Amino acid sequence: MIQIIGIELFKIFKKWRSYIAFLAIAVIVPIVQIAMYVEGNHYLEFLTQSIQQVFVFTGNFLNGYLISHILLGALMIHIPFLVTLVAGDLLAGEATAGTYRMLLTRPVSRWKIVTGKFIAGVIYTNLVVLWLAFISLGLGIAIFGTGELLVLSGDITIFAKNDIMWRFVCAYGFAALSMTTVASLAFLLSSMVENAIGPIVGTMAIIIVFVIVSNLNVGLFKDIRPFLFTYYMNGWRLFFETPMDSAETVKSVSVLFAHVVVFFGATLLIFKRKDILS
Amino acid sequence: MEKIIEIQNLVKQFKNLTAVNGLNLNVYKGDVFGFLGPNGAGKSTTIRMLLSLIMPTKGDIKLFGLDIKQNRNEVLRKIGAIVEKPDFYGYLSAYNNLEILGKLTGMQPTKTQIMDMLALTGLEKRYNSKVKTFSHGMKQRLGIAQALLHNPELIILDEPTTGLDPQGMKEIRDLITHLSKDKKITIFLSSHILYEVELVANRMIIINKGSTVVEGMVEDLLNSSHLQVTIEVNDADKAKSVLENSSFKAVVESVAFNRLVLSVSKEELAPLNKYLNDNGIAVSSFVPTRSLEEYFLKLTDKAA
Repeated sequence: MIQIIGIELFKIFKKWRSYIAFLAIAVIVPIVQIAMYVEGNHYLEFLTQSIQQVFVFTGNFLNGYLISHILLGALMIHIPFLVTLVAGDLLAGEATAGTYRMLLTRPVSRWKIVTGKFIAGVIYTNLVVLWLAFISLGLGIAIFGTGELLVLSGDITIFAKNDIMWRFVCAYGFAALSMTTVASLAFLLSSMVENAIGPIVGTMAIIIVFVIVSNLNVGLFKDIRPFLFTYYMNGWRLFFETPMDSAETVKSVSVLFAHVVVFFGATLLIFKRKDILS
Repeated sequence: MEKIIEIQNLVKQFKNLTAVNGLNLNVYKGDVFGFLGPNGAGKSTTIRMLLSLIMPTKGDIKLFGLDIKQNRNEVLRKIGAIVEKPDFYGYLSAYNNLEILGKLTGMQPTKTQIMDMLALTGLEKRYNSKVKTFSHGMKQRLGIAQALLHNPELIILDEPTTGLDPQGMKEIRDLITHLSKDKKITIFLSSHILYEVELVANRMIIINKGSTVVEGMVEDLLNSSHLQVTIEVNDADKAKSVLENSSFKAVVESVAFNRLVLSVSKEELAPLNKYLNDNGIAVSSFVPTRSLEEYFLKLTDKAA
């Protein structure tokens, strides 16, 4: 199994498209950071204008933590697209290239091939999130330094400097699980078709529709929301609440993890019975 | 004699289409087995079922005496195959492709093993080139290399000469003969070109619409002692006249431009060539020709 995962990772990293995610993050994050460096204080004033008459702010609030928190919120909508570029190609790409015929005539069971590909896809996805953490948090701290974290989400919460890092570690861990769910969906769709474009567009379409339904404050959608995995993808924000809602956090993690298991299980079932006609 | 492939009552149904319909065949150890049929006859579907790429609707497939469903990995370890056109990871080098496929076959191929295989197929100088830069012929040769890398006991070749130039076709035929005679590998060769099979196979089956049309020894089925040959000469009319006035039993079937199509026995070929030369006719080529379609028609005529 380790050999299959190694082969799949080798194949992933030999394709130029696999570097798009890393490149995009390496470009977008510093652009935002530079913009914040130049205009950050105005932005902070704008954010806190409604409470400036009541509170006096002292200290370095425009710090790496704030930038990273803003970036994580903004990019969680876009990272799925970067992840599906690779995850949607893992199986369908073999069909498009005609390499299923070589791959599946080897003395390796189909479930091993699928599992190896899936684990390689999950590793890739987690590396993308790790890269995002490194660039946004690491570079953010290097440019802006550290300080207290100001979080505005209805209420205003200020976290002490020594109470922040573990929250980011958990939040990025949660983000990795969210992106793994997206990758699992793309992987499932990838097992059903012969062309990688379908799973990439299909996954994005599902996510866009689900996100809209999750965020629209319309009574009709309220009952549906708990059944959409995208509703739980914002759970990383739970780590920046005080007190933290542990029950909700566990629920969000469990729902996303269950989705990963179901998507992967369905992929295994489909692929085991699939006739290779490409 | 040990059966290497045993297919019994094989059926494959795709919704309303029956691609393979009750096929039976046996391939014995050491055979070069020709698997013939026109396009759409069910050859590739059968090969895909042999390699467990698709699941049969009905019937049994045994390879090396083992049921493919229960012993898939054990069986596939002994098989090298090219299914239709050989497609590789275009973004990887020929070397990397063979290395990956070798590892997946359960071996840890050494650099020497991979380079030997590339040398055998004439690709050693391009070992580091990405496969997407390869011509169809080169990919076909790389396909042969990957099929041979793990020293299989059975090689399944699906239309291996498709898209190759005459030189490439000859090289593949020579390789098949070498593998069969010198390495004692059983070969299952699918083709729609009767002549190709006639040259290398000892046994063959012809299928059409997923069912057997005829099966047996190549020599018995094609009456190989009697050939149909196209000869190219400097003066076709004169050649025809010379032959018709000779004591040869060869029959001139048609004349077109500087070519004659003859029906002739193998024994008469050499003396006939000399006789034409002695009578001032320069023969530039002898090409055996017999199309599958023609053979089909003959079979159908006989049946009628």
